[in-house]
Amino acid sequence: MLNNQGRPTVAEKTDSPVGSIETFTGNRGLQIEEPLLFEVGSLDNCGVDLAEMPKHKNRLGVMARDSDIGLAGLSEPETMRHYVRLSQKNYSIDTGFYPLGSCTMKHNPRLNEKMARLPGFGNIHPLQPQKTVQGAFELMGDLSHWLMRLTGTNAVALSPKAGAHGELCGMMAIKAAHKAAGSKRNIVLVPDSAHGTNPATAALIGYKVRSIPASDDGSVSVESVLEVLDDDVAALMLTNPNTGGVFEKDIKKIADAIHKAGAYFYCDGANLNALMGRARPGDFGIDAMHINLHKTFSTPHGGGGPGAGPVVFSDALAPYAPLPYLRRDGDSWHMVETREGIEDDSHVPFGRMVAFHGQMGMFVRALTYMMSHGSDGLRQACTDAVLNANYLRASLQDIMSLPFGERKCMHEVLFDDSFLKGTDVTTLDFAKAIIDEGFHPMTIYFPLVVQGAMLMEPTETESREALDQFIGTVRNLVSRAKAGDVDYFKNAPVLAPRRRMDETKAARKPVLRWSEGMEG
Amino acid sequence: MSQTYYSKDHEYIILEDKVATIGITDYAQKQLGDIVFVELPEAGAELEQGGEAAVVESVKAASEVYAPISGTVTEVNPDIEADPSIVNQSAETGAWFLKMEVNNVDDLDGLMDEDAYKSYVEGLE
Amino acid sequence: MRYLPLTDEDRKVMLAKIGVDSADELFSDIPDGMHLDSPPDLPMKATEMAVDQALSRMAAKNVDAGSVPFFVGCGAYRHHVPATVDHLIQRSEFLTAYTPYQPEIAQGTLQVLFEFQTQVAMLLGMDVANASMYDGSTGCTEAVLMAQRVKRGKKRAVLSGGLHPQYRDVVQNQANFGDTDLVTMPPAPDGNEDILAQLDDKTSCVVVQYPDFYGHVRDYSKLAEQVQAKGALLVIVVTEIISLGALKSPGDMGADIVVAEGQSIGNGLNFGGPYVGLFATRQKFVRQMPGRLCGLSDDADGKRGFVLTLSTREQHIRREKATSNICTNSGLCTLAFSIHMSLLGEKGLRELSGLNHALASNLADKLEALDGIELLNETFFNEFTIRVKEKKAVDVVDALVDKGVIAGVPVSRLLPGEQDLDDLIVIAVTELNSEQDMDALPKALGEIVNA
Repeated sequence: MLNNQGRPTVAEKTDSPVGSIETFTGNRGLQIEEPLLFEVGSLDNCGVDLAEMPKHKNRLGVMARDSDIGLAGLSEPETMRHYVRLSQKNYSIDTGFYPLGSCTMKHNPRLNEKMARLPGFGNIHPLQPQKTVQGAFELMGDLSHWLMRLTGTNAVALSPKAGAHGELCGMMAIKAAHKAAGSKRNIVLVPDSAHGTNPATAALIGYKVRSIPASDDGSVSVESVLEVLDDDVAALMLTNPNTGGVFEKDIKKIADAIHKAGAYFYCDGANLNALMGRARPGDFGIDAMHINLHKTFSTPHGGGGPGAGPVVFSDALAPYAPLPYLRRDGDSWHMVETREGIEDDSHVPFGRMVAFHGQMGMFVRALTYMMSHGSDGLRQACTDAVLNANYLRASLQDIMSLPFGERKCMHEVLFDDSFLKGTDVTTLDFAKAIIDEGFHPMTIYFPLVVQGAMLMEPTETESREALDQFIGTVRNLVSRAKAGDVDYFKNAPVLAPRRRMDETKAARKPVLRWSEGMEG
Repeated sequence: MSQTYYSKDHEYIILEDKVATIGITDYAQKQLGDIVFVELPEAGAELEQGGEAAVVESVKAASEVYAPISGTVTEVNPDIEADPSIVNQSAETGAWFLKMEVNNVDDLDGLMDEDAYKSYVEGLE
Repeated sequence: MRYLPLTDEDRKVMLAKIGVDSADELFSDIPDGMHLDSPPDLPMKATEMAVDQALSRMAAKNVDAGSVPFFVGCGAYRHHVPATVDHLIQRSEFLTAYTPYQPEIAQGTLQVLFEFQTQVAMLLGMDVANASMYDGSTGCTEAVLMAQRVKRGKKRAVLSGGLHPQYRDVVQNQANFGDTDLVTMPPAPDGNEDILAQLDDKTSCVVVQYPDFYGHVRDYSKLAEQVQAKGALLVIVVTEIISLGALKSPGDMGADIVVAEGQSIGNGLNFGGPYVGLFATRQKFVRQMPGRLCGLSDDADGKRGFVLTLSTREQHIRREKATSNICTNSGLCTLAFSIHMSLLGEKGLRELSGLNHALASNLADKLEALDGIELLNETFFNEFTIRVKEKKAVDVVDALVDKGVIAGVPVSRLLPGEQDLDDLIVIAVTELNSEQDMDALPKALGEIVNA
């Protein structure tokens, strides 16, 4: 007797109306809609059990709380679901290719995470007695050593909290040095192609920004610097390789000219991934440069931080490096935390950037990454990053458009939108169509010096197969755009957790928090 | 009797006696896209020709509006602060930014009339 | 190298596609004389096992806070972080995502930020909060700068003597380089000072801490009125965010800007960072705020979703006219904060803060009973200041370490050279202090002060 019970094991082929199905829940299979925490939680729900409060004398005084805060709580299983469902609405490096130019989205090794969580690193307090944290100082000392060796410098300040904070630290050292020399220079030169943080940083400490126009090939020439260089200039801020992914060939000449004019050279180190192990910024004549540990040295981006922005200094600026800093005393380490603790009179720190000593959690991760690669591995990583970017360039330049001609790039490649001319498809539309294909789009509309910029940075942790898949997809999309299928692009994305968002509405009537009875 | 002038920064100036009503042109509002916020000076503020008078923001850009002439602000338009979208809808027909008492009417000499502005804009496109 | 997917064969094929013979040619834009011919003089690559062992050895040289009776605070606090928090923040989709610049594929991060902003605004008692600053100290600087923007042209800012000394130093540093006329009040270990006397008509803000650095719970309601009557803003700084479960919020007192260190919720000690700065203000000042903001909107199908908004305040659009140069903030730490806060909820937070206060109060009783110890506080939350009469605080804290107890921060470590502060120790207690800990400290301290 044949048994015909049980589930069918072959999928029946039907015409699938993908995208048009409306489910009762609004959920789409694995994509589950998740309400706001305040719509599912309550004041009474709680996912933490605590010991009972012992008898005590209340010493809160008149300020003791006498009303509810309004915070919604969830039990542990509800919490787990809420955040797992939310996580599934995010694209990440671990999901797929993430060629976001200027952001260095490389693989984040999990050994880094494990090391940062060792109780000896993760569970020590910044103000516990120094003799109980010698291992932490040793780690900071080692990290400093690696950073100085890789950049060809002799001093580093670890404390800045992120890239922009590092810029601020470097520029403060420059201003302090000018002040010490009695100079009242008030201009900082910034190329048009710079990250927005550069002019914002200069302005924050009272400098006026004078812009340097880009040359025809997108780089900064020594001539264009000389044109705007005078006795009022305190510093030049320059990114190298620049934000178009091109090495600034004149860099040494520019540095010399800047120094000759009595100014300092601040280098934005956001793109160090293109140099590490192959060239040292110290040899270019930089005076200060921040290093984004969350880019080059793989500490996770975490949806927007935390970062870390240690700054290396030339010998000229080293004396002004901020508090706190490490000093080796025989066999032990000492953290100099206040001016009173300074023993060497030649050190005149400009001040303090932050409470405590900086992003220790990021230091551990970055050093773990460096030790894993080693000097040879870092050099290879840099080489592969540049190789991958050039491979993208070589594979796409015939159908996309390079704003500055067919030339080699460093770790990232910049296209403009002229290949879309006449199609009515914009850079934004093109990026949104890439989302539907399962990739994260490249950086768009930055740098501002080219029309409709598309900046791709693949990093070294992408395989050839991953690159080929992306290249094939982009080529297909270009063909589709040129074939006039404009609606396809204007509608994109249709397969992401959300379609295009109304940013105008968000900005005109900003709703920045949940409140009882809120619409939407 | 009023007369309308235009600046190269795409502002219009309607002069009536010594009081100028200033706003941005329809061309400017189109270039900016959806306007989401307008920051205006306070009444009584003294503006200098070429100095910052207001800020217009779209989602992706913030643009300064420079005072086309020197003078004292007498009134600002509360409607566009409350609902900036009316700048998109009626830039030159109601969505004025501010009124000011002009220090020196001769300042207006360097500005364009309607025809000159029209051909100026055509040259930009 | 285990993190590099390209094989030699891949490299060969790719170089051929590019049209160069060797990878070195790709670096030909780097001028002669600046190429390194070989890797820099540093150790070569290492196995996962070797790195793990080397770093574990280093970590073992530190005394971690969980291994001894531990009572250190002053802006960083050892609290229990539920296992759920650390598991969830290591979800790939949170950990390895970038700033949510493509909202269609970043709704997870964005919704978390919206919920975080709501939690922070509620807790601080304010209308709106941003998506975080680096930490409390840098947030404090940003608050002073923001107050100057709100009060155009007013350059003076007055910092209370009850403000964390390192926060004061960070603000002072910015003031030295910027355009702020900063007045810093002398240290106020007894919780009394006359700030109002320092206000003039050019003052944009007054900055006070709650509970203050020495632990005093000061009522700033009246001060808020007085400061505002003089045309300035009141900035309230909170370094122990858990205190707000037991205390009225800064917003209740009428603060205009509130800055807090959020580390205590969801984030470990980490030797000082990464932490998470909380920043909140009144609705009317929102456009002068620094940092990212997440807002509600709809997508093309009318479905609710979230986007980064009011970006024209920020550096990537406004450049030198931005409200701040901040870009990367404390993304993952905000997530940890928000998850822990969801687990706690109203009920859990109130209980947790009650527990902290109860334990601290009981320890204060025990220490106060010792000969040679004076308690400076009438009010406090989970941190208070003691005077070790006729001893130096540094020596006492050092001697405690030798007895296996890590307790307190000598005020002189942060404020050296002020003689009348040399005998002050700030002691913090949290829910992680066991009954044994609560006995160990009085015992050890008693032996030291009476030796």
